[in-house]
This record gives sequence, C-alpha cells and structure tokens, in this order.
Amino acid sequence: MTVESIVDSEAAGPLLAVDELFVEFRTRDGVAKVLNGVSYRVEAGETLAVLGESGSGKSVTAQTIMGILDTPPGVITGGEVRYHGENLLAASAKRRREVRGSGIAMIFQDALSALNPVFTVGFQIEEQLRVRRGMSRRDARKRAVELLDQVRIPNARDRVRQYPHEFSGGMRQRAMIAMSLALDPELLIADEPTTALDVTVQAQIMDLLREIQLDRHMGLILITHDLGVVAEVADRIAVMYAGRIVEQSDAVSLYRQPGHPYTQALLDSLPRLDLKGARLNTIKGLPPSLIDIPAGCPFHPRCPRVRDVCRTDVPPAHRPAAGRLSACHFAEELISGE
Amino acid sequence: MTDPSTAASGAAVSASEFVTGAEHVQTKPGKPRSLASDAWYDLRRRPRFIISAALILLVLLMAAWPSLFTSVDPNYADLDRSRLGPSAQAWFGYDNQGADIFARTIYGARASIVVGISATVFTVLLGGTLGLLAGYHGGWVDAVMSRVADIFFGLPFVLGAIVILSSFRATGGSSATEITLLVILSISVLSWPACMRITRAAAITAKQQDYVKAARALGASTSRIILRHLLPNILAPVLVYATIALGGFIGAEATLSFLGIGLHAPVVSWGVMIADSRDFLRIAPHTLLFPAAFLTATVLAFVMLGDAVREALDPKTR
Amino acid sequence: MSDPILEVRDLVKHFPVRMGVVFKRTVGHVRAVDGVSFDLARAETLGVVGESGCGKSTLAQVLMRLEPATAGAVRFEGQEVLDLKGAALRKLRRDIQIVLQDPYTSLNPRMTVGDIVGEPFEIHAEVAPKGDRRKRVQDLLDVVGLNPEHINRYPHQFSGGQRQRIGIARALALRPKVIICDEPVSALDVSIQAQVMNLLGELQQEFGLSYVFIAHDLSVVRHLSDRVAVMYLGKIVEIGTEAELYEHPTHPYTQALLSAVPVPDPDLRGQRQIIRLEGDVPSPVDPPSGCRFRTRCWKAQEVCATEEPELITRVGGHPSACHFAEERSVVP
Repeated sequence: MTVESIVDSEAAGPLLAVDELFVEFRTRDGVAKVLNGVSYRVEAGETLAVLGESGSGKSVTAQTIMGILDTPPGVITGGEVRYHGENLLAASAKRRREVRGSGIAMIFQDALSALNPVFTVGFQIEEQLRVRRGMSRRDARKRAVELLDQVRIPNARDRVRQYPHEFSGGMRQRAMIAMSLALDPELLIADEPTTALDVTVQAQIMDLLREIQLDRHMGLILITHDLGVVAEVADRIAVMYAGRIVEQSDAVSLYRQPGHPYTQALLDSLPRLDLKGARLNTIKGLPPSLIDIPAGCPFHPRCPRVRDVCRTDVPPAHRPAAGRLSACHFAEELISGE
Repeated sequence: MTDPSTAASGAAVSASEFVTGAEHVQTKPGKPRSLASDAWYDLRRRPRFIISAALILLVLLMAAWPSLFTSVDPNYADLDRSRLGPSAQAWFGYDNQGADIFARTIYGARASIVVGISATVFTVLLGGTLGLLAGYHGGWVDAVMSRVADIFFGLPFVLGAIVILSSFRATGGSSATEITLLVILSISVLSWPACMRITRAAAITAKQQDYVKAARALGASTSRIILRHLLPNILAPVLVYATIALGGFIGAEATLSFLGIGLHAPVVSWGVMIADSRDFLRIAPHTLLFPAAFLTATVLAFVMLGDAVREALDPKTR
Repeated sequence: MSDPILEVRDLVKHFPVRMGVVFKRTVGHVRAVDGVSFDLARAETLGVVGESGCGKSTLAQVLMRLEPATAGAVRFEGQEVLDLKGAALRKLRRDIQIVLQDPYTSLNPRMTVGDIVGEPFEIHAEVAPKGDRRKRVQDLLDVVGLNPEHINRYPHQFSGGQRQRIGIARALALRPKVIICDEPVSALDVSIQAQVMNLLGELQQEFGLSYVFIAHDLSVVRHLSDRVAVMYLGKIVEIGTEAELYEHPTHPYTQALLSAVPVPDPDLRGQRQIIRLEGDVPSPVDPPSGCRFRTRCWKAQEVCATEEPELITRVGGHPSACHFAEERSVVP
C-alpha cells in the first residue's frame, strides 16, 4: 500500500519524498518498531511541520533522511527517501556525503553539543567551505562573516573568532543555522530548534528561520512537539503517533477541524494562554510500547471514539477531504463535525 | 549565565526522546527489575564474563582447597630431579630444588589471591571512604584530602613499595604472615588515591542529582544521604575499579616477590616461583612458564571481568 | 483576608564568583535573587514566570532552605524560617515540600518506588508508625494515580509522567501545607503534562494546598495560578492576579513575554502584534543600573538608567516595576 501524496508534483519529483519508511530498533527486550510506513513530501519553499510526542518517530525519520541514524540499534527495513527523485537509501556513502550539507542540512535542539567546543565558530563554518567548495582561507572567512551577518549575529567580524561557549543560547542557535546554510542547502531539517530556548528568543529564531526560508526558497521540515510554534509557521502539518503519520493536512484546517482523534485530543489537552480553564482534557493512558504496538489502530486503547473495527483493522491513510490525509476509520465524521 | 533549570529541561526533553524506546519497552508487566538485576541479566549473556568468571572460580578453588587438585606436597624437594621437564608424573616438571611445579603452582594461588583480595579490600575501604567524604563535603575537606592523595599518587609504586618493605622488614619480624600483611599494606597505601579519585568523582556527580536535593528537602541527615543515596550510586564504578585492581595487585605481589622484597620461601606464591626460576630461564624455561602463565591468566581474567561488569552497569551501552 | 501562609520579604541570594587556583578571591556576585517580596495565601497558587537566569529556580532553593539566603525574611504561618535549625527545621520540612523538574534525576535509581515514597516516613518516623507505612505509601500511590501494586518497582520501569507522579507522592507524604513546584511539567509531553497539571489541581482542592508554581511556560502558569509574578534578572517586575496580569499587563517585559508565546491557532497568524525583544538577557553578575530591563526596552529613557523603578501600583490596579507602566493588551 502506498500513500498517495496530497501535493501532486511535476514529473521531476518533489524536493524530498519519504516513502513508506520502516525502521526498527533491535533492543534486548525485543524489536521496537519505531517507524511503520512513514510517507511525506516537502516542496521547495514549503514548511512541513512534523508534530509528535516523545517516541512518535519524528526525529528518527529525520535522522534516516540525513543518514545519521545509529545502526545498530536502528535497522531500516523498508522504504525510500527520494531527493529530487533519487533514492538516498540506495545511494553510495560518497553520494550521501555530497547531499548532506549541500542538499539537505540539519539543525538540532542542543546547539552547544552540536558545535565543536575546541574550534571557533568561524573555523567550523569555514572548514566546510574550504573542504567542500574548495574556497581559499580568505574567501571562506569572508563568507563565514556574511553568513553570521545573515543570521543577525552582531559584530560578525569579531564573533567568527569566538568559541561556542562564548555565545549565548540564542546566538549559538543562530551560529548553528549559519553553519547549516554554508553550503546553500535546498532543504533544512530543524529538529526541535527552539525547545531549549526562552520564549522571547524562540520568537527571534522562528522569525529568522521563516525569513531565511523565504529568501532562499528553501524547503523546511520543522520537527517539534509545540503546537503553538507549528500554528505560527507551518504550511502543512504531519502528526505522528507510534511511528505512523496519523494525519496530514494544511495548517489552518488541521486546527479548525482535526481529522484524527489524536490530533483533537492533543489540541484539547493544551493549556491556553488566552483562557484559564478549570480542567484540561487529557488523553487517557500512555503511548504504546513500540515493541508491542496494539493491533488495529495503534491509538485505539486511548481513543474516545473507539469502535470494534478499530481494534482489528489498521485504518488506511485516506483522504477524508480535499488536501487532507487521515489514518482514522472515522475521519469523515470527525471533519464534518458529527 | 544560563539558567540550569532550562538547560536541564532541554536536555531532559532530548534524553527522554532518546530513552523513549527503552521507556516504553520496560513497561512490561511483571517483576520489579532493579539496575543490579538488569546488569546480572546482561552479564550472563556475555561470553567474556562467563570465561573470566569460570577462570576466577577455578583459581579461587585452587586457593581454598589446593588438595582438590593435587596430592603432592609442594614443599617436598628432591634434588635428584632438579629442573626435570614436564612428564606424566609431574605435568609441569620440577624446579631447581626438585619440587613439583604443578603442585607449587596450585598452592601458589592462595598467596596471590589472599594478597590480591586483602589489598583490594583495604584500598577500597580507605580510598572509598576518603573519596566519599571529600566528594560529599567539598570545600577545604576536599582540598586537603585531594592534595594528600596527589602526594601519594606521585610516589612511584615500585620505588615506594621497596622503601616501605625494606625499612619495615628490618624492624618487624619476618614470619610468613607478617610479610604477607606488610605486602598487603604497602600495596594499599600506595594505591588508595586512584580509588579515592573514582569515588570522589562519583560522589560529586551523585550529590548534584535532584534526588539528593529532594532528600535534603525532606530533612534527611548527612549520614542518610551518604548511605542511602550516594553509596548505592557510586558502587558501580568502585566495583569495576576493584575488579580490575585485584588483577593488578596480584601482579604487584608477584613483582615485589620477584624483586626479593615481597614474599619468599617457605611461602609458595607465583611471584616467588618466578623469582626462583630467573637464573635457569635458558636451561629450564618450564620453571618460569607455568607460574607466569597462571599469573597472566588470572590477572587477565580479573581485567576482563571488570570490563564486562563495566559494560553491564553502564546504562549507555544498553 | 486571612493571614498569608507564606510571607517573603526582600529576599536576596547572591552567589560569589570566585577566581584563582589556591587562594580563591571573590571577584563578583551572581545576583540570582535580588530583593523579592510576595505573600502566598492559604490554598492559593502563586505562579512565578521568567526566562532562563531570572532567578526563579534559585528562589525555590532558598525558600526550601536548600541554599542559605543572603538577606531577607521568609515567614511561614508568621514564624521566621530562615534561621531555623535542627529539630525546628525538620519540623518545617513537614510543612513545606518541593516537586522538582526532572523526573529522570529526581528519583534515586537504586531505590524502589516504595522506598522513595516511604523515605519521608523514615526521616520523620513520628508521622507514621512502622507497620502503617506500607499502607500509607500505597494510599499515596493511589492518590497520585499510580497502581499501588507497583510499590516494588524501580523508577526506570516508569515513563516520565509516571515518575513525576512518584515525585509528587513523595512531596505529599508528610501532608505539607505548601508545595513549591519547580517546573514540574516542563520535561513532559503535552498529553502527559495535562494529566499532571490536572493532578496538581485536584490535590490542591483535596488537601487545601498552597502552591508556589515556578515555570517558564506562560500558558501552564496561567492555567494553574490564582496570582502570577513575573521575574526578570532576580527581581519581580510585575505581580497581580492571573486576569490582571494576562489581560492587562503594564510592564513592557510582561507584554513582550506574553506576545512572544506562540498561540496554537493558525487563523491568528500575522494578526497578532508581536513585540520582538532585541538581544539577550544581561549577565546577573553585572546587571544594568536603574531598571534592569532598560537595555532591551523600547520605552527606556534617561530616568530608567538612573532610578530603579519600585514595584508599586501605578496603573491597572496591580504593582508593576516600570516608570512608564501602562496597560496594553497583547493576548488575543
């Protein structure tokens, strides 16, 4: 079963297509099925938000795309990652290295550990340019200053000579963004880029990402658990649960009328800045063990709308409405608001 | 300055992200599983552990009941058969004095094991206690203890042992027990700083954990925090150190005996046997080979065991 | 109004910054908490919000007597607590407890859940006779929504949310009157966070608890708090009821903070006015003169550099530490 994409793209293929990706973690206690047929696409200039809680598989998908998944314990058991139509999972190690950085770049939550503490920020940017682009030392330095300028680091000329620990949290995140942009990637994967930051700094970083994306007409995959951040920046949203995408939709419709009970429940359990409620709606129970995913719909033990069919049949991803995908047997009911 | 709370929150989120696999995995119904029982489960599946544990068990049996392995008196010597090679009668041959090397090797295990275990116990007790106190209290207590440890750390082991043993042997008696004790003490006195550093570092790490904060908020006394919260959490690195050190101490005993300042006849030990063989290496290599092989195998077994235990106890390798 | 259960007056906590290898000399002070005052009423929740480095966690440590205060006064039911020692301090521990942020490091991995939740009874043996303890622990587990049969399990067998419940059970064991919650839900997933927040709300009702609820998430704080204090660089810049603070904020920092919180509603995208602050929080070792927020404030004038604004009511019916305090609604 292949999931058809929402976006009908030209023959050349989309910028990135993840198709039916399956990943397992072989642990001592058994095989954890971390990804169970994940498919999504990203076009140039588009922001796809991948939303999910811990263990939903959102970061593992990104690591598989980048080819930085730890194997073992991870094993890719099926699927394709196509970059401009080329399956990266079948590509040579050399080709993957070429794509990494100049095709697809990634930024992480923890900028301090993602930057090497013993080299200056400038050196780390310049190194890529010299090795991959064959730039001279002087040109690379010039370009590094430009990049730091672009991400709004004040006094970029002096800052290039500083070490990561001399930067504040927000500045470090900016430096990491500058580094990821050095080779002009067409797609940027941001894995929880603002989770460790304060709200005021988070707002600055999100502004920056949005601006850079517009400027460069870059694809952006934003991995996050924050429903607020998603609402502010995403064009499309993919909601993940237990290694599956349970819902894909444009941002506005998803918040207005969720197409999956899990999405609905997530939205309901959110404390709101603009409301003081007495009691939050919660999702009963815990996410399933990935070693022992429930039969039928993986969300059925926690679902308020569960019916018999949910316990036996895995709901296929289908289109309950134009431009939307849902893996719920009763998505149509949900969306029509019954 | 970054606020530790938010820094930790970021780390926690990423950590949980990573642990999740395990987190959900471990909600299997049934038995409580302590970290120790997890480690034991893990150990039983490691060939390295099984091999080293079997070897150590064998050596321990030799040390406890040598008569199980041989009925020959290790000190009975007959010069007629001096330096005879291995034969059906004496598997390992005879030494310079004409004593059975197989029997002597078996009986030699005891001295090596006694010295190894006792020296480890003393080292761990001394270094562990000091390290725990220094790590928990910090400040000037830590500063003083750490400097003292540094001084001992700076003493070259062999030189230090020679100085201690030769000066005390002149004054003290020279019965077998006294010499053994002296060897044990000199090894411990020169080795405790390493153990102290390990426990100190582990105690400092454990002290900063939130569960210690929670215990203090409940009004727990210092002794309670040290015994209930710090000690169990520093046991793992100390156990690993002790296992590896035990092997090292057995080697140290042999070294000192070889140099003629450790154990000596009539005590039988591998070190003594190696020392006895040094003049006949070329003509009768078997006199060196067998005790040296046992020594090496035993030391190696302890080092392997320590490695296996370390891997089993380290949650990161899971 | 009845007497407050907790009164905090001009609380100061400075950490010395030392340099040197052998002879350490003090080269400055991190002014983590620099003159904080508030009252906590019975059965009330006071939310404390602020960004990294604002001193909110240090405040929790000092209130818990985990760190000695540099100056100031803290009174619990009218009794000064900062100079309590020995038995009197132990007695205070029964009345004020803490729930910590990180569910992974706040539970000793070598102890069973029964030992962890039962430890308060071992330390305060007078609270529960020995034979009664197991039962009490099981009751506590039940109260926080855990299976009492799991008493012999170890922390690593539980998920993050369940661990946080264990931490709450431990804090509840001695039937405290005040619980200081130091970022209790910030390490949890959204759906689990809601469960724990509901639990805290229910426990407050059931046991008449007073909470000092410290968090950086403004939505979470609003949800649980009756009153809210906003901290910046060791000082409270604005304090008021939840409605006053969120709907009629008067301090520029509060306004900026509130406006920066992303709202989960894509329809509001581009329609909300968002105040973007420039730069980072200055170092608490050498905070700006006068108003500490002036270096990032768009309203700053000369007086802000020379005169420190007092935390008094100027407009809007609640105290705000800004010379130019004025109401501005930023929450949609």
